[in-house]
Amino acid sequence: MNNFKDFYNSEEKREVLSVVVINKESVLSRIVDLFSARGYNIDSLTVAPIPDSEYSRITIITVGRARVIDQIVKQLNKLVPVLKVTEHKDVIEKDTVLIKVPIDQNLSDVDVLARAYNGAIQNVTENAIVISATDEPKRIANFIKIIEKYKPLEIVRSGVVAMER
Amino acid sequence: MKNKENKKLTGSQIVIEALHRENTEVVFGYPGGAIMNVYDEIYKQNYFQHILTKHEQAAVHAADAYARSTGKVGVAIVTSGPGFTNAVTGLATAYTDSIPMVVISGQVPTAVIGTDAFQEIDAVGISRSCTKHNFLVNDVKDLTRVMKIAFHIASSGRPGPVHIDLPKDVTADLADFNYEQEFDLPTYKPTTKGNIRQIKAALEHISKAKRPLLYVGGGAVLSNCYEDIREFAHQTKIPVVETLMARGIMRSDDELLFGMLGMHGEYAANMAMSQTDMIICLGARFDDRVTGRLDVFAKKAHVVHVDIDPASIAKIVKPNYPIVGDLAIVMKQILEHTKDFEFNDYSPWVDKLHGFRKEHPLRFKEDSDRLKPQWVIQRTGEILGDDALISTDVGQHQMWTAQFYPFNYPRQWMTSGGLGTMGVGLPYAMGVKRGNPDKISVNFTGDGSIMMNIQEIITCTQYNLPHINIILNNNYLGMVRQWQTRFYEDRLAETILDTQADFKMLCKSMGGVGYKVHTKEEFDKALKDAVDSNKPAMIEVIVDRREEVLPMVPNGHALDEMLLLGDK
Repeated sequence: MNNFKDFYNSEEKREVLSVVVINKESVLSRIVDLFSARGYNIDSLTVAPIPDSEYSRITIITVGRARVIDQIVKQLNKLVPVLKVTEHKDVIEKDTVLIKVPIDQNLSDVDVLARAYNGAIQNVTENAIVISATDEPKRIANFIKIIEKYKPLEIVRSGVVAMER
Repeated sequence: MKNKENKKLTGSQIVIEALHRENTEVVFGYPGGAIMNVYDEIYKQNYFQHILTKHEQAAVHAADAYARSTGKVGVAIVTSGPGFTNAVTGLATAYTDSIPMVVISGQVPTAVIGTDAFQEIDAVGISRSCTKHNFLVNDVKDLTRVMKIAFHIASSGRPGPVHIDLPKDVTADLADFNYEQEFDLPTYKPTTKGNIRQIKAALEHISKAKRPLLYVGGGAVLSNCYEDIREFAHQTKIPVVETLMARGIMRSDDELLFGMLGMHGEYAANMAMSQTDMIICLGARFDDRVTGRLDVFAKKAHVVHVDIDPASIAKIVKPNYPIVGDLAIVMKQILEHTKDFEFNDYSPWVDKLHGFRKEHPLRFKEDSDRLKPQWVIQRTGEILGDDALISTDVGQHQMWTAQFYPFNYPRQWMTSGGLGTMGVGLPYAMGVKRGNPDKISVNFTGDGSIMMNIQEIITCTQYNLPHINIILNNNYLGMVRQWQTRFYEDRLAETILDTQADFKMLCKSMGGVGYKVHTKEEFDKALKDAVDSNKPAMIEVIVDRREEVLPMVPNGHALDEMLLLGDK
């Protein structure tokens, strides 16, 4: 029988998509438009050129039921400038954060915390220091939560990049 | 125009030469500031005819109908700003029905793009969501490639409209022109052949099914493979239902055809879909107007789904046998292997469907002094039959035409299925006539829809494109009125059209002939006169005002829960 319960009624799950595109014809806005026109979620999106090629890699984190993810992949593939869409199964994900902390905070605490998340102090001025950390997205989220205590002035996240193991 | 290759041409000349090499014989369009250089070259050339419509929307619809009726790529040219925005409805209409078109718009010069210049609009930003692909050409050096790729993308894979936005300076700049050059498109490679193991597995399962059903859609028209579908149906004796877009794939009198299915489908067709144990979907997309309430749709069925667009597969219904490929090629593959399987005897199933048809045939009741719209359509079919190509607008008349006209071959039927665009009918009849001068072009329309592009009668007079508009006049926006009566306690909010033009005089004033008819005799005579006049014609038929389109599957109901003639 045509009964695919998992397909229609599965739980929503997080999916890491890597989309290789040709750097032409406003490809980024085509992709963003597709997500908004069809009501798909974007949790994170990063773009960077692939070295020595005319292609770029767009890494998209999205959330949806199996049926929706299936459509997202197919609709992305349908866009003319899209070369390849990969649904990552087993990936290394990295996210980077830059945080500006006022100079009057306990800087040695901040430094220890940053190091605990693979980070370090990047810059110091008379008013503030800037720390950066690169780690798994979940750990970066944690780091940001903890650093709140030190009254950060500004937080900038890069979005996720991913690579199959 | 020999030896043009490898000589420098202006952007405008490149457009003209490219259109010529794509065998364009007609362009529908409307000039304006940003596209004037191109029009200057149109003036100088003898390759193709340009038809100046009265409104850009009609130009794009006409190009669309030209494409629908001939299978070639339709071409329209408009200017920037409002010229382009007027064309958007035409693009969207063609996009939802997968019609191959190339639409070129002018744009302000590259130097002022982004400055809110006069008649500037972000055209590619707007057309992105209603085209298969679009281009903004910033450099004349890219233009040849863009023109060639545009035609390729429009007509290959799942067809669709492609929009090219051309800044004015690009149309004046010079570049080399060599149309023979091949352009690689590494990111665009539509699948054409079906997976043969999947096809065999599907055939195996179909052969063992008890109640298989061929569910045929617009893809069967677009891929030009109706003969193979007829062949497969007749070899296996599997019954067929058609979507709105697929009318004409089977002959209307074919014993295996149980009509159109869906919201206004025939009882037997909807019952067939509800009771089948094996849906063989050929180029259809399980549209909501076809499935009715989805969670109870075709509960007992396995599904084979053939489509050239992978995204159409499992979008609504997940098939057991997904087959991605060009239906024309897949049908050949299917026919090649049909003989390898012993198909069940499906005659008990076909008999059952004949029983459904007998129980509730498509019919209407002649019970008032006024003509029934269905009679008008049926009668036109009796008189003109295969000699006519039929366009419609959108509404009740469209559904009645789909139900009651005897369509006997594909591309005989032009209608806005996916988008449901009122106002397409007259421009469609124009585009159809231009592409098929030997056929009679008929537009069934309503007193609402016809007014949306009425001005195009003049265009048809000017370019000698005779066609017949049959206006089924009920002084209502009939389809909305029908819903208001059924679901809004007959509160007729803004659907009564009691102030109307004198259609007869209106058509005459624009160089056509007009008729107003009340009786069968008058209609027969008017239709004959209209055909003989060889002019744009309007036959206004005063019909039963409260006639409804039935059967009807109300929104949110299962496909087998139909309102039928006599139900209240």
